[in-house]
Amino acid sequence: MNNVFVYCELEGTTVAEVSQELLTKGRKLANTLGVQLEAVAAGSGIVGKVEAQILPYGVDKLHLFDAPGLAPYTSLPHTSILVNLFKAEQPQICLMGADVVGRDLGPRVSSALHSGLTADCTALEIGPHEDKRAGKTYENLLYQIRPAFGGNIVATIINPENRPQMATVRSGVMKAEILDPDYKGEVIVHDVAKFVPETDYVVKVLDRHVEKAKNNLKGAPIVIAGGYGMGSKEGFDMLFELAKELHAEVGGSRAAVDAGFCDHDLQIGQTGVTVRPKVYIACGISGAIQHIAGMKESGIIISVNSDPNAPINAIADYVINGTVEEVVPKLIKYYKQNSK
Amino acid sequence: MSLKIVVLAKQVPDTRNVGPDAMTPEGTINRSALPAVFNPEDLNALEQALRLKDQNPGSTVTIVTMGPPRAAEIIREGLYRGADNGYLLSDRAFAGADTLATSYALARTIEKIGVPDLVIGGRQAIDGDTAQVGPQVAQKLNMPQVTYVEDVLSCADGKIVVKRHIDGGVETVEAPLPVVLTVNGSAAPCRPRNAKLVMKYKRAMAPMEMPAEGLPYAEEYEKKPYLTLGQLSAADVEADLAQCGLSGSPTKVKAIENIVFKAKESKVLTASDADVESLIQELLANHTIG
Repeated sequence: MNNVFVYCELEGTTVAEVSQELLTKGRKLANTLGVQLEAVAAGSGIVGKVEAQILPYGVDKLHLFDAPGLAPYTSLPHTSILVNLFKAEQPQICLMGADVVGRDLGPRVSSALHSGLTADCTALEIGPHEDKRAGKTYENLLYQIRPAFGGNIVATIINPENRPQMATVRSGVMKAEILDPDYKGEVIVHDVAKFVPETDYVVKVLDRHVEKAKNNLKGAPIVIAGGYGMGSKEGFDMLFELAKELHAEVGGSRAAVDAGFCDHDLQIGQTGVTVRPKVYIACGISGAIQHIAGMKESGIIISVNSDPNAPINAIADYVINGTVEEVVPKLIKYYKQNSK
Repeated sequence: MSLKIVVLAKQVPDTRNVGPDAMTPEGTINRSALPAVFNPEDLNALEQALRLKDQNPGSTVTIVTMGPPRAAEIIREGLYRGADNGYLLSDRAFAGADTLATSYALARTIEKIGVPDLVIGGRQAIDGDTAQVGPQVAQKLNMPQVTYVEDVLSCADGKIVVKRHIDGGVETVEAPLPVVLTVNGSAAPCRPRNAKLVMKYKRAMAPMEMPAEGLPYAEEYEKKPYLTLGQLSAADVEADLAQCGLSGSPTKVKAIENIVFKAKESKVLTASDADVESLIQELLANHTIG
């Protein structure tokens, strides 16, 4: 009872990286709270296939739901599984990935349980809270920390009264670390029919087409990111050229994505990909908190910006004061000249 | 088959164009410095609704928005583009609502005005980016949901087939009506305002926007009932006040910080050839790149 739960997302019988990252975080939260870590996975033909991808992260109890209608994911059956399981198990915390599945499932579950949910957290901590007006103090609440309001502020959200405290986190924000390859956790295979009524299987997936990610932003040692200052889609071509030379991946800020300068799946930041490259070259990016949340742990940060007061310059190791049109071609030119 | 469609739309501060005056020196939001706009993805949702209306004669599109009196602008914008009517859900009791309390108020409203065949909203609003209200409304109405919708492929015989975006791909799903859809920003953009409809509805107002005395063109509002927009309070939708606004919100904001990054010792260079080349040489020498 009152344990930390992580919903593990599956593609077939493969556990999503974001789920393993959350299991790692969940283990740490459970240790702080002195409780157990439990995981939930639902899919089709998964028993015997997913345990070894989940238990080593320090999972004490794994709840498996295996039935033909549970994959591919649809909202209603997975909601019923979590809602009914949580009513019985009364978790204090539930974490899930802030991707398409987690952002479809989390709110539905939170609505059914009348519990609070915070989307796209960039940090999770445990701490106390004093409600001076009500004269109440709370211990061991989950601090759900996220940039808010377009990334202009950082908010700490708490759910003092309602349980579970639910949060979604984007892929790459937390780090996955195996606790013990032989970690002994209990596996419970549940009777799906006891959790999911037949009427839940009303949405049918007629066709499904998933491709491996076209880019390797998350794991790239060098990332070149363009912002609104790149000016156009054509402006980004320059970055791809530099990336080719440096064997780097190209990303973009939200402003660049919104303006149509680059694809949505290249977005770096709180609501995009979080990167930790050895070198991060920010071109024409002013640096909203929302963007910085997704790249601040980069090794060396180089900022190319015509505005010497761009906020990103404050966290940069190197600042080049100049326009991208002038500087990027020079980076390409002198890299070519000096690397040979 | 004629359809009853509700579009959920929100007026949001335009967080995409935040200037230096967006934050007060105290670190709070200077709302007056941010223009209020139609949440972009709600416009994509409206377009899907209007297309369904075009394809299914006799269908109606009703805009539902929750907010202060000025949010009636969202209904007018919807009417200018082809919506049939709208309701402004406005009450001090709704202030401070998180996504759960918002979804409660919206679900009560939809039940009050009559459960439609389709509820369509944007995937998320740019001021919160949570994407939570759509699924929460669906749960409260006990309807299935399809999120991240890119396109409606067909809608007939009580079933809708849509293409939706998923991580790394696309999915085609079929759902029974009634259903809640949330639409992605990458779906078709909304049609522009129609000049005739702008003329027809430009004086449309919610009662709470009207001055207590001296309403200009008062006689027009008597002759043309469509110029008085629907307006609902918490009492009108029989909302349980304990589930509304701040008191109905499980999430509380503990702290807001205006983050100031600890400045690193940055090495500042110019765009000169010499500076750029020496940087490249330095990075190559210490094996940072190459």
